Amino acid sequence: MGKIKLKIDGREFSAEKDEYVLDIAKREGFEIPTYCHNDQVSREARCRLCVVEARWQEGGHSRIVTSCLYPADEGLMVETNSEQVRLVRRVVLELLLARTPEAKGLAELAAEYGVGKNRFGADTDFGKCILCGLCVRTCREVVGVEALGFRMRGVLKQVGPAFAEPSSVCIGCGACYFVCPTGHIIMTEKGDERKIWGRTFKMEKCSKCGRYFAPKYQLEWINSQTGVAMDRLSLCQDCK
Amino acid sequence: MQAKVNLKLVDEVIKSWGADPAFLIPMMQDIQAQYNYLPRPALNRLQEKLNIPLTRVSEVATFYKTFSLKPKGKYIIQVCTGTACHLRGAPRIADSFMRELGIEVNGTTKNGLFTLSTVNCLGACALAPVVKVNEDVHGQVSSDKVKKIIEAYAARKK
Ligand code: SF4
Ligand code: FES
Ligand code: FES
Repeated sequence: MGKIKLKIDGREFSAEKDEYVLDIAKREGFEIPTYCHNDQVSREARCRLCVVEARWQEGGHSRIVTSCLYPADEGLMVETNSEQVRLVRRVVLELLLARTPEAKGLAELAAEYGVGKNRFGADTDFGKCILCGLCVRTCREVVGVEALGFRMRGVLKQVGPAFAEPSSVCIGCGACYFVCPTGHIIMTEKGDERKIWGRTFKMEKCSKCGRYFAPKYQLEWINSQTGVAMDRLSLCQDCK
Repeated sequence: MQAKVNLKLVDEVIKSWGADPAFLIPMMQDIQAQYNYLPRPALNRLQEKLNIPLTRVSEVATFYKTFSLKPKGKYIIQVCTGTACHLRGAPRIADSFMRELGIEVNGTTKNGLFTLSTVNCLGACALAPVVKVNEDVHGQVSSDKVKKIIEAYAARKK
């Protein structure tokens, strides 16, 4: 580690060596669209929207790189909104839009980049998933359960529980539902039941305010992992 | 037809690879060599014994085209539809197989004997059109040979 200097859109900034370009740019107030990035989980550069132009020599060759995974070093020059960058983002958006026009926020972003009519085949599945993998990583890294994963590959690739069957390890916490940027994951709650990924969970009431607040299964799981007593876990966020 | 899975056999496969999750793929290959597909009880056993998430098993088993989650026939017929074979009438050959067996491509006959599939170039273009049945290669197949090939395998009793 150590301080380095780099240029973003012509202005000089200092940063830590190997800090990711996206993090520096965001800190300095640059706007870079992202769909698969979340500070709480590891990075896989799946969405390709955060591309920028990177150059190591004044007037030298530039490369299009995913800023969320590109480490900065002394003398790096970055363009966050050049013609090239916008072109690549436009194509990425066109492809995403062709596949998942219903994804939350996608049409608006695409319109910003001048993507209008879809010149590829019509969308047939009506799913919203862009395969960003955030739900998979959240379940694995934050929840520690690994109930979600990918299936198949290429155009058939899908996200969900193993073999597309209700998962026996899912604790019904809903973290994937909250992290999903596109609104693909469906979670419904009715009375003392929560439904997600094809499974139904019994909800527990908060022992103080009486509101249903978390699946019983999730509380038991937290209890088994952390040793925090069940009665201490029986309070909702507001009553804690 | 779902196979009856012998878990002892699965355990042996796992042991032969040192129960190391890094060898998940060869383990699946060994299991598939046994049953012609990957039966779920065997996959569940892999998950359990290797202590890996079931999603990992599902990811690998569905990623590779060689793995099948559905039971396959005893004889797997691969009709080559590569360029050379295509020019020499592969589509007609595939049609004949479908008609004779009464199944679609990727289907399996009710008696569990045959699975029909198509592949792209088996690397024996000089013999086009080529059909492979399990490990046997049949060259210069014509529509009227199709029936004979099927009958020959159906007659094999083992
Ligand atoms: S379901 Fe949502 S979070 Fe999961 S991969 Fe798809 S878009 Fe990403
Ligand atoms: S945010 Fe970098 S590739 Fe998705
Ligand atoms: S095209 Fe059939 S063997 Fe090459």
